[in-house]
Amino acid sequence: MRYHTPTSFNDASAIAARATGTTRFLAGGTDVLVQLRSDLVRPDDLIDIKQVEGAKSITRLDDGGWRVGAAVCGAGMSEHPELPHEWPGVVESMDLIGSTQIQGRATLVGNLCNASPAADSVPAMIAARAKVEVIGPNGSREIPVENVPTGPGRTSLQRGELISAVILPPRPKGGGDSYLRFIPRTEMDIAVVGCGVSLVREGDGIASARVSLGAVAPTALLVNEAGEALEGSSLDEPALDALAKACEAACKPIDDKRGTIRFRTHVAGVLAKRAAMIAYNRAGDSE
Amino acid sequence: MTQIHVTAKINGDPVEFLCDPRETLLDVLRDRLGLTGTKEGCGTGDCGACSVTVDGRVVCSCLMLGAEAAGAEIGTVEGIADSENLHPLQRKFIEHAALQCGICTPGILVAAKNLLERSPDPTETEVRYWLAGNLCRCTGYDKIIHAVMDAAAEMREAS
Repeated sequence: MRYHTPTSFNDASAIAARATGTTRFLAGGTDVLVQLRSDLVRPDDLIDIKQVEGAKSITRLDDGGWRVGAAVCGAGMSEHPELPHEWPGVVESMDLIGSTQIQGRATLVGNLCNASPAADSVPAMIAARAKVEVIGPNGSREIPVENVPTGPGRTSLQRGELISAVILPPRPKGGGDSYLRFIPRTEMDIAVVGCGVSLVREGDGIASARVSLGAVAPTALLVNEAGEALEGSSLDEPALDALAKACEAACKPIDDKRGTIRFRTHVAGVLAKRAAMIAYNRAGDSE
Repeated sequence: MTQIHVTAKINGDPVEFLCDPRETLLDVLRDRLGLTGTKEGCGTGDCGACSVTVDGRVVCSCLMLGAEAAGAEIGTVEGIADSENLHPLQRKFIEHAALQCGICTPGILVAAKNLLERSPDPTETEVRYWLAGNLCRCTGYDKIIHAVMDAAAEMREAS
């Protein structure tokens, strides 16, 4: 295995593009190292992107949004002075992953590219309308987070392509977001169901809403009908019930030891209601 | 296979080593540098026995390559005591009998010391969450938590 430490994303992309064998990108390594050790993957080229300038930085963009570098660890997001106030749901979703030790290494982009259907940060990013910057042999492009995972362990990235950063939009006026997951204990587990909600309030009414579910389908789902169920309402009982119904209808979960199809489907609706209430209250606080 | 030459600092001292590209920092510490205080538990980042600090953050040394340590400041359990004088955490672990088999202890000491540097007056809940990634199969955790809380109180008085 060759270990590379490129100093730019273009160089990282070039190394991957000309590699003929198995390639892995390395940021926090909390998934890649486990795969290496268990011999699930034997990379010929391992490309560590942590030496790339800006990869470990969180920077404010000109439009008021944020750029979270591909090697920023979860603790770096939680400790940031502003980001947790503007996108609390996204930051919490990352913070829920693993232990203190994992938080010191694991990254948002890694969580996305590992492409687990249960990845906690992905529904929160989708709800927040986050995009990623993809660097490849043909230049760079921005794509929505929901277009990255295509199935368990698979992404839409082509050979030579990598994600350099997550781009969060400016927090809208009256906006609030949240993420909740169900696990059978309080810490250190994989989501049975996860739900991210991001909405914008105008007074008591909801002007727009996005709802995303994790761990109930091969990829995280953007549930448009669930967002529409909230829009125009003041989060009253009928709107919450319609939200829960839309979420249940979108579920295509598996039956496994963590939860049955029936249980996951039910919990998706319950979590969506609770997450919507948190996002709504946060949006109220920010007005 | 080509070996990688790495320079880093461990417990304040400059070190150099050669390692295989696939070799973890944990294996480097134990097998190349003789720092066997850091223990291997699960080897997959679940148990925290191999916890060390890297540039001030607690990480599992089994989830990091030796090559990634280039230029980093590493802290291990060997750096906790001040020569013959045990760190307050180490003394309190003995006083409270917060260990039995001892495999998890170095990792817990490293993680707890890092917590107290960040937060000298943590609540019990904070301590429990901070150490949630350090598994102990002997003590039932209560003695560990009491030892950390007691060490924190003593360190606050001393400062």
